[in-house]
Amino acid sequence: MSTPPTNDDHAHDEPVDENLPARDDLFANPGLPEHHWRPTDVDPKAEKRAERQVATLFGLSAVCTILLIVSYFAFEIGEDPDVIGGFGASNLTIGLSMAGMLLFIGIGIIQWARKLMADQEIVEYRHPAASSEEDRQATLAALNAGLEESGIGRRPLVRNSLLGALGLLGLPAVVMLRDLGPTPHQVGPDKKIDYPGAGIEHTIWAKGMRVVRDVVGTPIKPSDLEIGDLVNAEPEALFNGGEDGEPLEGVVLQINKSKGAVVVVRMEPDDIIPGKGRENWSVDGIVCYSKICTHVGCPISLYERTTHHLLCPCHQSTFDLADSAKVVFGPAARALPQLPLEVDSEGYLVAQAPFDEPVGPSFWERG
Amino acid sequence: MVDTSKVATSNTTTAATAKKPSRAGAIATWADERLGLASMAKKNLRKVFPDHWSFMLGEIALWSFVVLLLTGVFLTLWFTPSMGEVTYHGSYEQLRGIHMSEAYASSLKLSFDVRGGLLMRQMHHWAAMLFIASMMVHLLRVFFTGAYRKPRELNWVIGSLLLLLGTLEGFTGYSLPDDLLSGTGVRAADGFVKATPVVGTYMSFFLFDGEFPGEAIIPRLYTIHVLLIPGLLLALIAAHMLLLVYHKHTQWPGPGRTEKNVVGFPMLPVYAAKAGGFFFIVFGVTALMGAVLSINPVWKYGPYDPSKVTAGSQPDWYMGWPDGALRIMPGIESHFWGVTLSWNVLLPILVLPMLMFTILLLLPFIDAWITGDKREHHLLERPRNAPTRTATMVALMTMYGLFWAAGGNDIIAIRLHASINQITYFLRAAVFIGPVIAFVITRRWCISLQRKDNDDLLHGYETGIIMRSAEGGYSEKHLPLAPSRAYTLTARDRDPVPNGHHEEVDANGLPGPAKGRFTGLRNRIRTVWYADNVQKPTPEELAAGHHHAEHEHELQSPMDGHAADGHQFDGHHLVEDENLRSH
Repeated sequence: MSTPPTNDDHAHDEPVDENLPARDDLFANPGLPEHHWRPTDVDPKAEKRAERQVATLFGLSAVCTILLIVSYFAFEIGEDPDVIGGFGASNLTIGLSMAGMLLFIGIGIIQWARKLMADQEIVEYRHPAASSEEDRQATLAALNAGLEESGIGRRPLVRNSLLGALGLLGLPAVVMLRDLGPTPHQVGPDKKIDYPGAGIEHTIWAKGMRVVRDVVGTPIKPSDLEIGDLVNAEPEALFNGGEDGEPLEGVVLQINKSKGAVVVVRMEPDDIIPGKGRENWSVDGIVCYSKICTHVGCPISLYERTTHHLLCPCHQSTFDLADSAKVVFGPAARALPQLPLEVDSEGYLVAQAPFDEPVGPSFWERG
Repeated sequence: MVDTSKVATSNTTTAATAKKPSRAGAIATWADERLGLASMAKKNLRKVFPDHWSFMLGEIALWSFVVLLLTGVFLTLWFTPSMGEVTYHGSYEQLRGIHMSEAYASSLKLSFDVRGGLLMRQMHHWAAMLFIASMMVHLLRVFFTGAYRKPRELNWVIGSLLLLLGTLEGFTGYSLPDDLLSGTGVRAADGFVKATPVVGTYMSFFLFDGEFPGEAIIPRLYTIHVLLIPGLLLALIAAHMLLLVYHKHTQWPGPGRTEKNVVGFPMLPVYAAKAGGFFFIVFGVTALMGAVLSINPVWKYGPYDPSKVTAGSQPDWYMGWPDGALRIMPGIESHFWGVTLSWNVLLPILVLPMLMFTILLLLPFIDAWITGDKREHHLLERPRNAPTRTATMVALMTMYGLFWAAGGNDIIAIRLHASINQITYFLRAAVFIGPVIAFVITRRWCISLQRKDNDDLLHGYETGIIMRSAEGGYSEKHLPLAPSRAYTLTARDRDPVPNGHHEEVDANGLPGPAKGRFTGLRNRIRTVWYADNVQKPTPEELAAGHHHAEHEHELQSPMDGHAADGHQFDGHHLVEDENLRSH
């Protein structure tokens, strides 16, 4: 049994903890196992072999680096790159040669460490994490002397006014973030910030606004829809609601898409269970609901025509479109807001009135 | 110091016996005259690091963070964090002419028009997954082996903060490309913010500079992603490493390895080489993944459009468990005094993760409070030797796993052709019942393993040799454990007296005054904590066991040296020329 080599000879005594049983060794510590020489330590041939292996690995890395640079210039990228096995040639060759370049260095270094560097374990003694009692006393004394000389204990007025002033420093850190955005009360019709459809409790929908197909913006006639059809629709104003009837653009368009999107479905008129006061909100079995989930605001898209259920793909809230879009399953707590429909003089579907409640997820002030 | 007499000559001839000051020495002298580093380096250059495969898990996290920094810098050179609308004219034909944000257009540019750009994007994303996954597994290793105990509690807290920040960093990162999937995630986040009581809508309007989606969120997330959180991560990683060096690494008990020492390889050269080499391996593996494994193909999702969504929308996996909680939470909302409280969002997204995180942060302190253990611990404990602690973490893991499964309830339903409703109802109960079952099973399992260890110590290990006595009875031959094995198995602490009342007894043996309001509660928990644990044998038990074994050995002594003595398997003598059947 060899005495382990050490870096340090100052072992520490363990602090005694009277709450716990003393640590006891049932067997004498057998000490570190004997060190065994590796073949590379005693056989010059094995040593040379390991040396060559390591150098070869480093050499392979260098080859990969060259390959990386060659493939960077050799392969076109773009949508239709030369394809190797379904991967873009550029991505694949640059990536593989980069992997080789790095892995061969890593494997080489580790092989070097394992085969050629000294492999005898050494021992170091631990010290308690705490400083020595002497250091602690000296620090305490220095701290007390410093505090004493500052007079912070004797001058509560200075101390407390400083603490108060420092405490207030936190306020600007919050207050100065105020202009990150307007408050909800500053955005809306006739408010400081106004644009078509502005305000958390409003959408761009208005009485008589046509319900148009999304993307293309064409109006919908009741006769266009078969029973069981679902159409993703938008308010017509998205396509002509800007100045001089221009389509909305940019932020205003995005905000209104995120609030105004609706689904229009047609079902057997007898299947509809009209809500109280909603008896005339449908046209020939066609009903229209907000597409924005009342849970956390995903657009809802999965419709099951036999059950009239609409399922949110994000968290699986399910709404019954035949029954005022009430929640039949999932984490949503409120029915989808319904848009009352009628037909205009040209026979197209229009809103009878805007939504009578805010669309989308719940919020504190919603009531 | 180390006997290097036989170590590869290539090492010793040049460095150790150099006659004149080497070039490295000259540089070191130059630096020391200005920085005075020698007195610090003296201790640390040969600092000892113990070796064990599980100590590598944290290293994966460290190196993947470096990969994240390097690939991330590359991405910032082309990525434009702007929601300004542009028309796409790049190489990807299917989206040409489509209106999109500059952020999305520049992500497409990185993927299709910058050589190596897609590789860097994929490496960055894979490294992020690796970063968070390795932090989690590292956390489990530290917990299961008790490495978080005094004096390392603060490093546990730092590590937990790193996990939280890493998760936020991941979320802000995958939100940046502004594709349909990430935009849907941001929109859900807006829903979470709005569900905050009292200030929810204000926070939402401040975050998005008005109504969702606005034009501010991508540039703001970008600043958070490339500056704020990486800065915090760097600072905390530095603190984590400094404390690791200061405390010295924990080690497994074994011959020569005690609470008072640390046995392993010196920093220079072996540990530095292994860790440095491992950096290249982590980097290389990430490059390999970036080359052959597609991840987050944003061009397939299309630009974000607030009126669209893809089926099967899912966040990155590490955000899956709160998403699962959100999915299985019943839809409960309260309306009172003109306000709305959305329990269905509040509890799973705002309360539950904060609660779980707080529990995680406090685990070392809860443990110390229950056990009353104020000693330093540098030897690791096997999970079986702390059954209740191990079972606690397995219960938490089970809960995590069930929430995570709930995050894929739609996918489970499709793959198993099952009803999503039934899966959801099942999981609503399972997230509460599952952890309890897991706790009980794990605890009993640990205790059984403890018993097995004691059996091996007292009666020897099973040799697999079946003995037939003269009377015709059969028994298995047991042999004593090797001394080093027996030492390792018993190098653990005994638990305190399970009734936990010993500290309340004063010098006269009478109950002392109660020490605090919660002492009674603590003692009850402590009783449960240690109940049924198996202690290592007492010296008396050990002596009795040995006596018994000696007796048996006497009976079997004629076998010694023959093939059937059972030593074939423990290396006591060679077995090459022996044939069991011929005897």
